[in-house]
Amino acid sequence: MNKVLSKKVLAPNVKEMDVYVPRIARVAKPGQFVIVMPDEKGERIPLTLVDWNSFEGWIRLVFLEIGVTTYKLGLKEVGESLYYIVGPLGNPTYVGKFGTVIIVGGGVGIPAAYPIARAFKEVGNYVISIIGARTSKLLIYEDRIREVSNEVHVTTDDGSKGFKGFTSDMLANLLESGLKPDLIWMVGPAPMMKSCSAIAKKYGVKAVASLNPIMVCGMGMCGACRVTVAGRTRFACFEGPEFDADKVDWDELIKRLNMYRKEEQEALNRFRDALASIAMQR
Amino acid sequence: MPKRSPEERIRDFNEVALGYDEQMAVKEASRCIQCPEAPCIKGCPVGINIPKFIKFIRERKFEEAYRVVKEGSPIPAITGRVCPQEKQCEKYCTLAKLGQPIAIGALERFVADWAKERGVHVDLQQIDKRSERVAVIGSGPAGIVFATDLAKLGYDVTVFEALHEAGGVLVYGIPEFRLPKKIVREELAYMKDLGIDIELGIVVGKTVSIHELLEEYHAIFIATGAGHPRMLGVPGENLNYIYTANEFLTRVNLMKAYLFPEYDTPIHRGRRVAVIGGGNTAMDAARAALRLGAEEVYVLYRRTREEMPARREEIDNAEEEGVKFIFLVQPIGFKGDSQGNVSDVLLMKMALGEPDESGRPRPIPTGETTDIQVDVVINAIGFHPNPVIPMTTPEIRTDNRGRIVVDSDGRTSMRRVYAGGDIVVGEGTVIEAMGWGRKAALAVHKDLAIEKKLSIAVHKR
Ligand SMILES: Cc1cc2nc3c(=O)[nH]c(=O)nc-3n(C[C@H](O)[C@H](O)[C@H](O)COP(=O)(O)OP(=O)(O)OC[C@H]3O[C@@H](n4cnc5c(N)ncnc54)[C@H](O)[C@@H]3O)c2cc1C
Ligand SMILES: Cc1cc2nc3c(=O)[nH]c(=O)nc-3n(C[C@H](O)[C@H](O)[C@H](O)COP(=O)(O)OP(=O)(O)OC[C@H]3O[C@@H](n4cnc5c(N)ncnc54)[C@H](O)[C@@H]3O)c2cc1C
Ligand code: SF4
Ligand code: SF4
Ligand code: FES
Repeated sequence: MNKVLSKKVLAPNVKEMDVYVPRIARVAKPGQFVIVMPDEKGERIPLTLVDWNSFEGWIRLVFLEIGVTTYKLGLKEVGESLYYIVGPLGNPTYVGKFGTVIIVGGGVGIPAAYPIARAFKEVGNYVISIIGARTSKLLIYEDRIREVSNEVHVTTDDGSKGFKGFTSDMLANLLESGLKPDLIWMVGPAPMMKSCSAIAKKYGVKAVASLNPIMVCGMGMCGACRVTVAGRTRFACFEGPEFDADKVDWDELIKRLNMYRKEEQEALNRFRDALASIAMQR
Repeated sequence: MPKRSPEERIRDFNEVALGYDEQMAVKEASRCIQCPEAPCIKGCPVGINIPKFIKFIRERKFEEAYRVVKEGSPIPAITGRVCPQEKQCEKYCTLAKLGQPIAIGALERFVADWAKERGVHVDLQQIDKRSERVAVIGSGPAGIVFATDLAKLGYDVTVFEALHEAGGVLVYGIPEFRLPKKIVREELAYMKDLGIDIELGIVVGKTVSIHELLEEYHAIFIATGAGHPRMLGVPGENLNYIYTANEFLTRVNLMKAYLFPEYDTPIHRGRRVAVIGGGNTAMDAARAALRLGAEEVYVLYRRTREEMPARREEIDNAEEEGVKFIFLVQPIGFKGDSQGNVSDVLLMKMALGEPDESGRPRPIPTGETTDIQVDVVINAIGFHPNPVIPMTTPEIRTDNRGRIVVDSDGRTSMRRVYAGGDIVVGEGTVIEAMGWGRKAALAVHKDLAIEKKLSIAVHKR
């Protein structure tokens, strides 16, 4: 149980991991996530269910190594087990037949957008995906997204691949050129979602955002994941993670994401020192 | 009961109360006048035979005393520590009217610790295994008692717990300095000895549904607690470092943030901390904040000391440790700095009015406001019942406050599904939750005997 079945490096510091958790694979739906603890002393962190197979019992996670917990996760080898996984958490995406759906995925949000694009396409929507990263080396899951989209637009901040600019710039271009989607669905860094939300609003298109606040329990018990939506406090883990994008208080979310900057940096430095000293001893 | 000095104890998370030694216990037990009516028992929701175990202590028959206690509470080391005795057993003690009631909780704790130190176990009688399978959802006190009672009757019991550790509030809520986690783990080991299977990381309603469980189990007991925090609903409550008590205590207790960075979960260590509320949760949060290094910790309560629902002993402990109480105030908003970090609590001054439904005087706004500067706020105003199962299983009837509706034996509106503890009463106590576990276990035992005749179909995995 919780055994790592395979591990791949998709880009610098971005890993894809298949983990054997049949009870989660059995019931997972697009838009849901899990909470993972790499080891006994680790943090509980949320990660999106990128893919799963209910017959073979595995779930697929893709994560960016950004702090201690994700680095620890990245150090797990095939055959090792994760200390704890719970899920599937959060409400599944509402996958209706809308017509034309634009899916926006930024950075490590691209894999998270994959099962959503797939589900929207399966029920007969015309799926236009906009995926973007800082630079081409960090652009992941492009092939997968192509398999499940009718159209794909690629952006990079530095122009090393596709359109030079942000995913939100591409979204603005498409809407400006007269495209009238029935729904925009987005996942990625909060500032990206904030911009995309403003653009969707300007063109009067309904937009849904999958939020990524800091979480601890993932099941409505702690309130770490509080977000303000339409002026009301909501618990993203069990009332979300998706909300109407134009009603989200993005500035509050962005500030809350930075709450532990100092502690996270301190922990990461210590972790790196510890790793370095282990490497020295070898 | 002997305690560590406040100066010493606020520097660490080790236990505050030291407990009786043999001599002290015998001396206290000797005060008991062995009332024939034993009014004390009436005050104990699990009906421990109090005079009997106290008599054994007096006779220095500690092991026998332990056996008696254990018949009532499967986790006496815990109940002896956290029961609000002044509202339960000790309240009804004959000696309470004459001055000082017998320290029943302290004696209970003594025999449990004594037994543990000597490795004394109550012999597990060889029981005939039954074929019926029973599922328990939630591993807090209600679930623990239900599971142990039915396991002792030979049922095949599985406990499903969402978190990565079993124990419910006992592990994520009540801090180490009041209830060492080692003790909780030892008491839970007893469940394993009984052959109870505890499965962690399963959210019933998400990972598996009640309907699916009903296919595999003959009966289900829902003991998911009241773990959903209540919000204040005032402007600014999502500013940074405004915690719910559950988040704060979960970070500290379950995730061991007080040992950060040895443990990875961080917590913001405030200098000036405001805790809102007057219950056990508020006391625990305030005292934990102090131990994390806060210079000033204020408990802001909308009524007065007399109405505070917390255990008396913990209010006294908090005060000794330097927690400051501000009564008759209600938060009406929060201010923050440019980074979104909380800087002020705005307060409405209150006055006491006519009694409300709870019988306590209702706090009424006076119109006068004030504010205090803080860098951490902990909201400990209370909890709603855990909504996951009611949300995903509409057949189970709930009341307008989200509590599962049950009959006096714990039966819900869904056949073969029972519930008890905080999910039924809202916010109760450890021992009340245990009392529910016991009642529901009996009901299941009775109902299954009847069902067996009707022979319901349940598939084995
Ligand atoms: C529902 C949900 C699904 C998610 N899915 C994925 C996923 O599929 N792949 C993935 O790589 N990440 C995902 N995240 C984000 C992931 O949980 C964080 O990257 C992770 O918690 C960081 O932990 P850490 O200890 O490694 O870093 P930390 O040391 O905790 O943080 C390092 C940096 O990451 C930022 N950070 C911390 N927590 C979060 C968070 N919850 N979201 C965004 N940034 C954060 C901090 O502000 C800090 O700058 C998801 C988050 C949510 C809420
Ligand atoms: C901080 C704090 C201090 C307290 N101090 C005291 C005290 O000193 N004395 C006292 O008598 N009482 C005290 N109480 C109250 C007491 O802890 C509770 O009344 C008691 O724990 C309720 O027990 P329970 O078994 O109903 O639920 P809980 O102890 O809440 O346990 C419920 C369990 O169910 C799990 N769960 C929830 N939903 C699901 C699901 N869908 N699937 C699987 N698992 C699930 C939860 O993770 C949890 O482990 C305190 C409470 C708090 C919060
Ligand atoms: S279990 Fe609680 S109420 Fe019962 S005797 Fe022990 S301390 Fe008193
Ligand atoms: S009421 Fe008090 S004195 Fe009487 S038997 Fe009970 S504990 Fe002893
Ligand atoms: S993460 Fe705990 S309530 Fe949402």
